Amino acid sequence: MKKHRIFCIALTLVMSLAVLAGCGTSTQQSTAIKIGGIGPLTGGAATYGTSVANAAKLAVEEINALGGLQFELNFQDDEHDAEKSVNAYNTLKDWGMQVLCGTVTTTPGIAVSAEAYNDRIFTLTPSASSPKVVEGKDNIFQLCFTDPNQGIASAQYIADAVLGTKIAVIYNNADAYSTGIYEKFASEANDKNFAIVSVTTFTDDTATDFSVQLSEARNADADLVFLPIYYQPASLILTQADAMGYTPKFFGVDGMDGILTMENFNTDLAEGVMLLTPFAPDASDEKTVAFVQKYQERFGEIPNQFAADGYDVVYAIYEASKKAGIKGDMSAADICEKLIKVFTSSDFSVDGLTGENMTWSTSGEVSKAPKGMVIENGVYVGMQ
Amino acid sequence: MKKILKLKKDTRKNLITYGMIILAFLIVRFLSASGNISSAFRGQLVPICVYIVMAVSLNLTVGILGELSLGHAGFMSLGAFTGVIAAIILQGSVSNPLRLAIAMVLGAVIAGIAGLVVGVPALRLRGDYLAIVTLAFGEIIKNIINTLYVGIGENGFRISMVNAESLNLGERGTVIMNGPMGAVGIPKLATFASGFILIMVTLFIVLNLQNSRSGRAIMAVRDNRIAAESVGISVTRYKLMAFIISATLAGAAGALYALNFSTVVARKFDFNTSILILVFVVLGGMGNIRGSIIAATVLTVLPELLRAFNNYRMLLYAVILILVMLVSNNEQLKNMTKKFKGFFKIKRPSDLKGGTARE
Repeated sequence: MKKHRIFCIALTLVMSLAVLAGCGTSTQQSTAIKIGGIGPLTGGAATYGTSVANAAKLAVEEINALGGLQFELNFQDDEHDAEKSVNAYNTLKDWGMQVLCGTVTTTPGIAVSAEAYNDRIFTLTPSASSPKVVEGKDNIFQLCFTDPNQGIASAQYIADAVLGTKIAVIYNNADAYSTGIYEKFASEANDKNFAIVSVTTFTDDTATDFSVQLSEARNADADLVFLPIYYQPASLILTQADAMGYTPKFFGVDGMDGILTMENFNTDLAEGVMLLTPFAPDASDEKTVAFVQKYQERFGEIPNQFAADGYDVVYAIYEASKKAGIKGDMSAADICEKLIKVFTSSDFSVDGLTGENMTWSTSGEVSKAPKGMVIENGVYVGMQ
Repeated sequence: MKKILKLKKDTRKNLITYGMIILAFLIVRFLSASGNISSAFRGQLVPICVYIVMAVSLNLTVGILGELSLGHAGFMSLGAFTGVIAAIILQGSVSNPLRLAIAMVLGAVIAGIAGLVVGVPALRLRGDYLAIVTLAFGEIIKNIINTLYVGIGENGFRISMVNAESLNLGERGTVIMNGPMGAVGIPKLATFASGFILIMVTLFIVLNLQNSRSGRAIMAVRDNRIAAESVGISVTRYKLMAFIISATLAGAAGALYALNFSTVVARKFDFNTSILILVFVVLGGMGNIRGSIIAATVLTVLPELLRAFNNYRMLLYAVILILVMLVSNNEQLKNMTKKFKGFFKIKRPSDLKGGTARE
């Protein structure tokens, strides 16, 4: 009997949820340009997807409030999985997507961009950073740096600012992003004024204990530890380095962004950590201040670099659409050809949160200047 | 019609299973040709076929052989990467359908060999221990593939475990597998028709095995190992047979899966995927092939159908899984279906026992 009752309760729950889910669907506008978004809203990489989705929503609302060109956004979950991502893409295609803002992560990005290339749907990805995403596909563009570029930029930055002479690297050798950055960093380091003295790796399954890697770095007398990894393992590295009394400089890349908003992490440990990221929420320029304030009001947290990427993607599409004279009743393939022309034209550039004068090459890669940041008193400060 | 009713119960049951698959294939083909199918569903056709084959092949190990395997995705992974390598090497030399067939066969063979290598020591273990060994196998495969760099270039086929540069492919070489970045630039060879054929082959193998002398021996080992040994059944041989066939089919499914997407990474085939397939088998009923097919199809399509519910999607999916578990073990509902079946008066006395999950 008890089982029966549980069954009834569960059934009621499903039904009431079904009613609830009916609410909150956006109103249809026939002339609006339909923008699809794909990213992980659930699972281990959900932070990135949620940030992009939130910021894109914010940007679309702002643009629609301006009058003129209207956008309609539909953001679908892909759980950071190629198969699910293609499913999400097909769902968006059924919905009538005309431009794709996605995907947020790399592996799904490679699968989806191949589909979008075949279907001729213009794609601008906020943060899928492998060069494989855009390689050989004329209608796929990136807003973020490619992984190899981050590796090269990091090596140059460390060398130019003479941040350290003996470098230790800890990277995730089961992760495309981390390995991509490390490989370029290592090959770029050959003719620089520093030496890589220790290279240690971990995988997602062993990302709980870093004492071995840190000991090796300390034994090799490394004065700077380069961490081309995401912020979750990085926070553990910082905590464990502190516990063993090892205090080198730490240098991260854009995946390190997010460390200050992490729960249960003592942000004092992040003091003095340097990172290369195109966006800093504490920057004093008008655009960033306005964005951070709006985002915080709306979603109750400080936006990270992924949010800024998502925001910029929508605005880049907006600027290009205005320039190309795109209307909501055009077919996706027509929009695609027009947007490609605008994006690759030499006089098209976008000033966004993640960089001034962003321009795109025909290969689809963006060109913008990286910014070095250092964490001081719990906030990012531009590195001099 | 009378002839069909006269057939043995097992044969009739199998014919219904084949018929169900063929009918589903024809309906989807027809709908697809008349343009009445959404691209969301069309994109899922090949994955559905793959998961059906995975579920049926795992059912051979879990349901028919009665050994818990938690590393089925490992075999899928081996098949997937072998298939990708074969497909890329053969680019331009053979026609696409043949290329897909070769890729699938090679994937199956490699996965089968791995099944033999794992099976010989592992099948000496029983119950939980076998589960742990297969779980470890899946993880080992994942980690090995994560460190493998494979390419083809001026110097021919090269493998390295250091990095992509050490392959020395020359300027016009292609890196097929790039360590943790997985394989990219995979030609999209998989089609719904090939998935259908793979399901039919799988069903043919598994259903015939189940009703053969070997199949009965395998089930005897499952039901009582000591009794089976006492009548002269070689336990190791039959266990290995079921395990290797299961691995082989998973390898073929893996190749088909990989050739449906332009990229595949080793971490896709982790513990979660193994568990997902085990869920298909358990929900469909262990030892019940038709149940596996239905469960794999429904549970693959379901998360996509729930997209309309936005943020409640995964919550609903979990609730539905729990509901299915409760419903399929609910005595009152079982009695109701019994009455329902009695209403149609088809003489199937032993049917009431079949189809329920073994505890």
